[in-house]
Amino acid sequence: MLFHRRDFVARTLAELTEALQRAVFTHRYARLPGLLQRIDPRAKLVTLMVFLIGAGMAHRMETLLGLYVFSLFLAIVSRVPLGFFLKRVWFFIPIFAGIIAIPAIFNVITPGRPVLTIFRFSDPISLLGLVHIPQEITITQQGLKGASLFVIRVADSVSLAVLLVLTTEWMRLLSALSAFRFPRMGILMLAMTYRYIFLFLRVAEEMFLARRSRTVGHTPAREKRRWIAGGTAFLLNRSYNLGNEVYLAMLSRGWNGKARILEELRLGWLDALWVAFSILILIAIVFSEKGLI
Amino acid sequence: MTEEPVFELKNVGYSYMDGLTALDDISLQVMPGQRVVILGVNGSGKSTLIKIMDGLYFPTTGECKAFGVPLTERQFRDEEFAFSFRRKVGLLFQDPDVQLFSPTVWNEVAFAPLQLGLPEDEIKQRVENALETMGIWHLRERAPYQLSEGEKKKVALASLLSLDPQIWLMDEPTANLDPRTQGWVIDFLLSLADRGKTLVLAIHELEVAQIVAQKIYVLGEDHRMAAQGGPDEILGDDDLLTQANLMHIHRHFHGGDAHRHPHVHKHDHHG
Ligand SMILES: Nc1ncnc2c1ncn2[C@@H]1O[C@H](COP(=O)(O)OP(=O)(O)O)[C@@H](O)[C@H]1O
Ligand SMILES: [Mg+2]
Repeated sequence: MLFHRRDFVARTLAELTEALQRAVFTHRYARLPGLLQRIDPRAKLVTLMVFLIGAGMAHRMETLLGLYVFSLFLAIVSRVPLGFFLKRVWFFIPIFAGIIAIPAIFNVITPGRPVLTIFRFSDPISLLGLVHIPQEITITQQGLKGASLFVIRVADSVSLAVLLVLTTEWMRLLSALSAFRFPRMGILMLAMTYRYIFLFLRVAEEMFLARRSRTVGHTPAREKRRWIAGGTAFLLNRSYNLGNEVYLAMLSRGWNGKARILEELRLGWLDALWVAFSILILIAIVFSEKGLI
Repeated sequence: MTEEPVFELKNVGYSYMDGLTALDDISLQVMPGQRVVILGVNGSGKSTLIKIMDGLYFPTTGECKAFGVPLTERQFRDEEFAFSFRRKVGLLFQDPDVQLFSPTVWNEVAFAPLQLGLPEDEIKQRVENALETMGIWHLRERAPYQLSEGEKKKVALASLLSLDPQIWLMDEPTANLDPRTQGWVIDFLLSLADRGKTLVLAIHELEVAQIVAQKIYVLGEDHRMAAQGGPDEILGDDDLLTQANLMHIHRHFHGGDAHRHPHVHKHDHHG
């Protein structure tokens, strides 16, 4: 498919769809004989939670980086190719972290020692006496440190979560969530998101393409804005209807809130070992945060 | 006839949240083993009607009975009833994307038998049979987004075949398919009928109705029952079909005289 260079939205949507297809809809690695594939999905869920708590509690760069290296190690022993894994993870990070982390590097949000001055107003600005914008907009050292800690923490969490998803068959994962009495509605939403993000993106892409095939020449900005607002409403409405229909389709074939799978899940010694190991790591993180290691 | 109807709808009305009427005063009966077609243009209420028959929506007015039991929200809270109903009645959704919610074709086809708690060996057996019958064994590891429209339809049909319901509700089973796949689906429908299954088909193509229907109910654009009868009776009534907007009229001009003739395809599905 060829896109006009200026047609940024359509191109971005197409790329996002592609990337999601490959990232989310891969069951290629779930059946390889790797370490994580051997572990019961319930045990994996527990350890993911333990690791996420660890990442949340850690405030030292060393700890967070250590956890990141650990996730890379897990990818290797689970036979997930590193290049693939890195690309998957870092594809999501800008979406989650960029929006929060980038503003935080400036003194507007994080005051501190200036590193680089970006912009200088003639006077300090105060809006209605509520919002104060300093005379100089600078990137601060504290801001940079906070932002990089934040990004690496997100990278840790996303890496571990992506590993769980990559090494577990989707139905087994849903079934494990059911086992933990994860709310029925939550499982349903997960199940649907997994399948339908892609569909929504395709609908959006088709809408843009359909519009382009109907427009000749330049569209005034106001017209464009109106179209985007209308298109968004249509998309939300369509998503809602689709979600509702999918729910009916599941009900119709006997869905009663419990995800079932063919093989019974069985916990073994490897699972116990794995959970114990994750708890050890959590304890290590706690000690290292207190400067005891 | 002493046989009890499978479905019996009496004066059923349905309005969506926005208050607009989707069905008005619909009464109909489906007997065991019968092939019933609900004929109507887009928007006449076919999908709504079929979802009411599957106990997914409940009538705003009137009553829909299945196997002699009124279908109500309360009735479906009885797990035993819900279980036996879902096992007996299967619904093919109009949009196959809605129906295919599992990560792979194999999971999709296994979904219903798993949910209904069949033994493991039987589930495997049924899934394999269904995939082979539909000629989609080679697609079993694919994700839904990797399928063509025709393949999606076959997977959706396989996902019902593995359930093997006694009653098949099907919403536009032959729409949006190329002629070859359409012919294939029609053959499949007739093979179900040969096995004594009850078929309720929502359809807007006259030529398909002609082949499969034993009994036709026509839904009008006013969401009311416009007519009912045998296929010859209904499909021979040009005025009725024109009124329900089901007839494609081709205009030919002969020296200024407009001469109209109806356009009904006689479908040759064994072509
Ligand atoms: N989810 C919905 N919400 C509101 N109105 C709906 C919904 N689904 C269908 N309708 C309306 O109900 C009427 C009947 O629709 P439907 O049963 O889908 O007809 P058909 O299947 O014959 O095309 C239409 O006017 C349609 O716009
Ligand atoms: Mg419909």
